[in-house]
Amino acid sequence: MALTAVLEVENLSTSYYTFRGMVKAVEKVSFKLEKEEILGIAGESGCGKSTLAWSLMGLVPPPGRVVEGSVKIDGIEVLNLSESERRKKILWEKISMIFQGAINAFNPVYTVGYQLAEPFIYHKNYSKKEALEKVKELLKMVGLNPEIEKRYPHELSGGMKQRAVIAMALALEPSVIIADEPTTALDVVIQSQILNLMKKLKQDKKLSFIFITHDMSVIAEMADKVAIMYAGRIVELGPSEIIFNRPYHPYTSALIRSIPRLRGPIEKLQYIPGEPPNLISPPPGCKFNPRCQYAEELCKKEEPGFVEVEKGHFVRCWKYDSGKQSSGGAIK
Amino acid sequence: MNVDKKELMELFSNKRDIVLMVDGLKVWFPLKRGLSDILKGRPQRFVRAVDSISFFVREKETFCLAGESGCGKTTTGKSLLRLVPVTDGVGLFRARKETLEDLKKNGVNVDGEDYVDIFAIHPKKMKPVRRDIQIIYQDPYGSLNPRYKILDILKEPLEIHKFQLTEEEKLETVYRALETVKLKPPEDFVDRHPHQLSGGQRQRIAIAKAIIMNPKIVVADEPVSMLDVSIRAEMLELLQTIKRERGLSYIFITHDLAVSRYICDRIAIMYLGRIVEMGDTRRIIENPLHPYTKALVAAIPEPNPSNRLRMRDVPIKGEIPSAANIPPGCRFHPRCVEYEKNIENLKSKCPLQDPPYYVAEDGRLVNCWLFEGNKKIEKAHASFIM
Repeated sequence: MALTAVLEVENLSTSYYTFRGMVKAVEKVSFKLEKEEILGIAGESGCGKSTLAWSLMGLVPPPGRVVEGSVKIDGIEVLNLSESERRKKILWEKISMIFQGAINAFNPVYTVGYQLAEPFIYHKNYSKKEALEKVKELLKMVGLNPEIEKRYPHELSGGMKQRAVIAMALALEPSVIIADEPTTALDVVIQSQILNLMKKLKQDKKLSFIFITHDMSVIAEMADKVAIMYAGRIVELGPSEIIFNRPYHPYTSALIRSIPRLRGPIEKLQYIPGEPPNLISPPPGCKFNPRCQYAEELCKKEEPGFVEVEKGHFVRCWKYDSGKQSSGGAIK
Repeated sequence: MNVDKKELMELFSNKRDIVLMVDGLKVWFPLKRGLSDILKGRPQRFVRAVDSISFFVREKETFCLAGESGCGKTTTGKSLLRLVPVTDGVGLFRARKETLEDLKKNGVNVDGEDYVDIFAIHPKKMKPVRRDIQIIYQDPYGSLNPRYKILDILKEPLEIHKFQLTEEEKLETVYRALETVKLKPPEDFVDRHPHQLSGGQRQRIAIAKAIIMNPKIVVADEPVSMLDVSIRAEMLELLQTIKRERGLSYIFITHDLAVSRYICDRIAIMYLGRIVEMGDTRRIIENPLHPYTKALVAAIPEPNPSNRLRMRDVPIKGEIPSAANIPPGCRFHPRCVEYEKNIENLKSKCPLQDPPYYVAEDGRLVNCWLFEGNKKIEKAHASFIM
């Protein structure tokens, strides 16, 4: 089966223009998302993973904006569209997002059903009655009792609200769904139920997800392909098995060795000395060099390119960049 | 004084390696009664946040309280410092000599030679005990006063507890505490404000603040869950080093069983204000016995990418009920899959009677009717010690 990319991102950069200086929150990010695939984006707080999601949605909050690059959803270049065009044609219909903390963003004075019906009313011009019928179908799909459309948000538990938020993202059957930390606020039992639901939806509805989280275990649970971000850049991108079992980038391998495990022998947990860089004045060269145990002179001077080391596996590190490809290179 | 407490005190006097023994701790918060409730004579209802739990902590031990949100683990930790009103319970704590003397000076009735019942002290007279029991909070962004410099934050406990220290000695103590938490050189940090520090550095300050009084027990309430994974391991290692150097005990409160497996000696799994399983951490996590612990362990994702190809099977039904409305009998039975499977045999037990604690083969305690054949513990405390 020939895979078709539903989302192609090339050299995307987003910066915040603050009074203290320019913050390059996302820098030259390139990846592809195929149909029926889950891309996991992992990284520590402040590495730019949420900004990347907002850039794809065209919702970067000021003073930030997308500086360069291209984002193609189903072959449509969305960065060139005006805001109103994007709102009408792209958002929710082609790409939708489950925002971080969305379970707390329900309007407390409207019923859940009404809030879920809004996309149908505004995008599809359904009547209220038709829209509510659709809402009931949606609620059933995410494993909720359709009767809860009459309830108010405070009457639902956290897990139920998260299901409703997922239903909202699915409403107009978009090609790409971005989930930003969808289970971070939930307990493990509820988290496992929500993750199961998303796996099932992916299979049944042939959905493509971008799954953003800081929790590497959740990434392992969901993602077919993993992108590791550090200081605004993707430092390693590849199939899940490779990233977890034989990572190339020193940051990735340190990150994976720092995860406490529930089974198996207890080995000493590794940590990465130091702290992530300040993005207003990042270190020259490779952004990871001050914390990297393999750092050499070259790493402190020049930034390595994004190199394909094997099929579908990209690394941004001088250990694997023979200098043949120009730095900041895009996916060929 | 009732007979139970006398018995407890006798036990506690003989067990010198135990610093804290809590028995039958209850923290119930009363719900507001409406006028109609009063007129109709409806009984007062309570949120039973902690509902009769017993445990003990050895010297130089890390004891873990684990469970989902709302299970009462934080309330238990806070009750040890009397930061929440304690409804009932005995908490025998082996305090330092100076602490006991200060308590006596304040007119507190100290029952034992070298220990005191912390739940019997009036909350306003707790101050000397708070030297010996300190707390580290989860959120280093909320727990430090943004208007204070680091020096003032760390000096404050020394001033509150009126140690007879000169200004220089205080400074010296602060510097030493900063060095202990590996913020070096300390001169660089004392004049900063919390906003000038990163999350990890702030949590180090919170740790320094807790250990500056040389406490015997530190209640660590989710001390690493707000931190990034890459620095989490470093913080856990720091906590371990401090424990070894200073010989203190931790009560480690966490929802993350994987973390507790690395640093805790014994663990208590809590559900709706009750300890459901308690014993050796690794044994419980690797081979859980209580149906709730089984579900909890099964639900935790692991960094193994082959998991994505299958659904995770978590043996639990429904959602956690409110602590204001705890189910009768075993509080877990409405969600228990074991009960559902054996409903014929268990229907005279689980929905009707609260289960006692049974001792499993490896010595751990399980609060479940499925273990009815095992040795039963009437008073949970006695068993831990004997």
